[in-house]
Formats: sequence, C-alpha cells, structure tokens
Amino acid sequence: MLAIVGTVPDLTIPLLDGPVTLEGDTLMVDGHAIAPDRGTPALLMAAVRASSHLGLPFPHAFLIGDQGLGAGSRELYRHLVEVLPQRLYSTIVFHYLQPDVDWHNRIILTIQSMSAKPRLIADAGFMYAAKMSGQSSAYDLFTPDAGELAFLADETAPHPFYTRGFILHDGNNTPDLITRAYANDNAASFLLVKGNIDYIANGDGILATVSEPVEEAMEAMGGTGDTVTGIVSALIESGRSIPESARIAAQANRFAGSQAKPNPGSHIFELVPHIPSALSEAIHGTPDKGTDP
Amino acid sequence: MTLFGFFRKWQARRKSCRRADRGLLIFENTSEVIQAEIILKEEGWDIKVMGPPPEIQTGCDLVVEFPLIEELNILRSLMGSGSSPLEVVPVTGPLLTPVDLFQIKDFGEHIMIRAANMKLTVEKRTYIIVNVSGGGCPDVPFLASRMIGHSLFDAPSPREIGHTLCGYALDLAFEEMKRKCLPL
Repeated sequence: MLAIVGTVPDLTIPLLDGPVTLEGDTLMVDGHAIAPDRGTPALLMAAVRASSHLGLPFPHAFLIGDQGLGAGSRELYRHLVEVLPQRLYSTIVFHYLQPDVDWHNRIILTIQSMSAKPRLIADAGFMYAAKMSGQSSAYDLFTPDAGELAFLADETAPHPFYTRGFILHDGNNTPDLITRAYANDNAASFLLVKGNIDYIANGDGILATVSEPVEEAMEAMGGTGDTVTGIVSALIESGRSIPESARIAAQANRFAGSQAKPNPGSHIFELVPHIPSALSEAIHGTPDKGTDP
Repeated sequence: MTLFGFFRKWQARRKSCRRADRGLLIFENTSEVIQAEIILKEEGWDIKVMGPPPEIQTGCDLVVEFPLIEELNILRSLMGSGSSPLEVVPVTGPLLTPVDLFQIKDFGEHIMIRAANMKLTVEKRTYIIVNVSGGGCPDVPFLASRMIGHSLFDAPSPREIGHTLCGYALDLAFEEMKRKCLPL
C-alpha cells in the first residue's frame, strides 16, 4: 500500500492516520474533509485520482495541521516513529513537513526497522531535510523543481533560501545541476526534475526528458508539482519501474494541464479532474477514461 | 581511497550534517547575546550559546545557535523585543547569504517573480495576487491562502505572518514585486 505523509495549513486538523476516501468529490481522511488546494492535499488528490484510474486501493494518509511553526510536524514525526515498525507499506511519500534533521534521521532509522523496507519518495520540506542530513541516497526518488534542484546541487546550502548565486544562474543548465547533485551525494537513486523540460535522471545521467505539450501558465500555478508527485507515486505503486513511472507522470501532468487550459491565476482543482484521461493518453496515446490495469 | 579514509570522510560528513539545519545569530556584544538567549528560551526555542566559527569576523565572541528553518519567526521575536542580531548565517556556511537573484516571467496579463524556491504571480492590471507556488515548508500553503485574492497594497506580508525560510523567500519575491509594480 501507498502511504502519504504531510501537513495541511489548518490547525483544527488533528493527527490523522487513516485511509483516504472520497465523498463525492471531497477528499476525506478519518472523517475530516481535506481541501485539495495545494501542498500535500493536492498530492493526495492526484494520487487518489491516479490510483482509482490504475485500479489500485486509495492511499493511506498521515496528516496533521501545521502552519509553519513545526509543532504539528514534530507530533507527526513522533507518531511515525511509534507506529511504522508495526506497519507494512510498499511505498511511502514524505512531503510538506517542517525540515528537521534530527527527526528526519529518527524516521530513517525507524524505517530500517520495518519488516519490509518500503520504496521512499521525498519532495518539499522532507526532501530538504533529507539533503541536509546527508542521507539523500536512502531515497528512491526525489521530485524537485528547478529552484530545488539548484539547492540539491549546491553542497553548501542548508535550504533553497541560501543557494549560491552562481548556481542559481545555471538554472537553465539542468543536466549540469543534476550531475553536480549526484557528485555530492545529494540526490536520490532517481530524480524527476519538474520544469520547462522535465528530466528523469539517475547517477548515470539523463534517462528521459518530457517537454510537450507546453502550458506556460502551469509554472505559476501552486500545486502543479504536487500533482506530478502524487501521480508518480501511484504509478510506482502499480508496479512500474521508477523511470517509467516518472516519464508517464510528467507526461500525464502536462496533458492534464493542456486539457485544463489554465491561466496564471488558475488553481489546481481545475487540473485534477483531467488526471484520469491524461494518464490514459500518457500510457496508451488516447485520452479515454477507462481503467489501466 | 583506503577503507579507513572512506570511513573518516563518512564520519566527518555525518557529523557536519547533524548541525546542517542550524543557524547562528551574531550580536554586537555579550549583553545582547544574553538578552536574546533569555527571550528565545522563554519562548521555548531550542537554542544554544557558543563560540563563533573562525569565518565570522563581526560581532562579539559568543553567538546563538538556533533552528535555521525558523529564522523568520525567531527574527520577528527578537525584533519585537528590540534585540535584532547584526547578522544571521547558516552553521554549514557562515559566508552564505540569502538569495538576491530574482527571475521574472511576463505572461502578458500576469507577471511572476521567483526568489529561490518561491514564486509569486500578480495580475498586472489590478495588482491582485493570483498565485503562490513552489516551496516546501508548511507555512507555504498557509501563506498562499492568506495572500491570494489580495492586492499588493493590502496583502499581509510573509515577513509578518510567515514562519520559515520558505516564507522569507516568498517575502523577498513579494517585496521585489512591489518594487516592480507599485508607483513610487
């Protein structure tokens, strides 16, 4: 089973540890409605749509309210350290969480004590903590955008806020930044870099790129990177290889964007309904809405 | 490399990584360090007073080590008590400075500014903030929900309501957008 770990910007949401369900179009976890605006809820909704299309069970969610003070993230970290050794997940995605190296390292130690080691995907704050901890290579996949790739490539930066200018200047030279991130052990086994051109890479180099169709407005829309991470997580859970899943997810997200016809003020809930047909198009070349086994 | 050499390098890397999420507050004199320590400990922050690394040429011979991600929140606390530091630097790179490069993209009716990992988009005609994207700290979705739909004139500043370095990066984009868009 796929498990997704993250926060929501609503302090009334307590620690939730339960399966995701849909009531109509509303995302529910343990009786709480979660608005899929951006961040982890957007990732969850994309993973739900993709899982449904692929004939998979819906993901399990670990969520908590946190608006940046970190108390919610730390409560969730404590809970994971307690419960993960008794759980069985094939893939765990870590997302919008307060970056904290000590807690990151305790989570990694806990995962090593699980009876079967899950595939590990990290994005957003937990990816920052993974890089800071020097343990990026413990992960199967990171899904950075261009700014975050520059941070991974800068071996001295403890956060994207401190990425050095000469590396940010290289923002258009994604292959060099990927090489630099791997050279300093600051990348997961695979990278899916989200940008004007999406890159799928590993330590040997670039494995694939996806560059069409282009919807310029998607760069401005909050949550478009989160939906890619949600889709790739479901594809990996379906048994596909990581590079194949990454290529399909990048392609499907572009097709979904193209179908949604967004402008820079569009919101992610306008894109999400197009994920099933976009996945079909990315897998089969036709945008039908059938289930892909 | 010998096995011993590899082990030594690995150990050194692990040791340096353990403090990679910490920053240093540099103050003019020891009294200010003590004052900051009292304020931050009273607020429950996990901080430590220590000697500065050799790269730091300014300030006194004590610094306060703090959780770097929460820089914005901690600076706001100190500023509110009249105890602002001279400088704030990451432990892993005392010479590192915040990003000062902005990438600007013109969409015709909208303009987007990126600072580090954060992007802010505004409708040119109305100055209304229409989108916030990027980032990975938990205050980003919170900031987006508070800023989107407001004009640059009346939107809350990320510096005032954000908590993390992502919030700080968004504030840089916000200030740059105001410089670009608003009449002097």
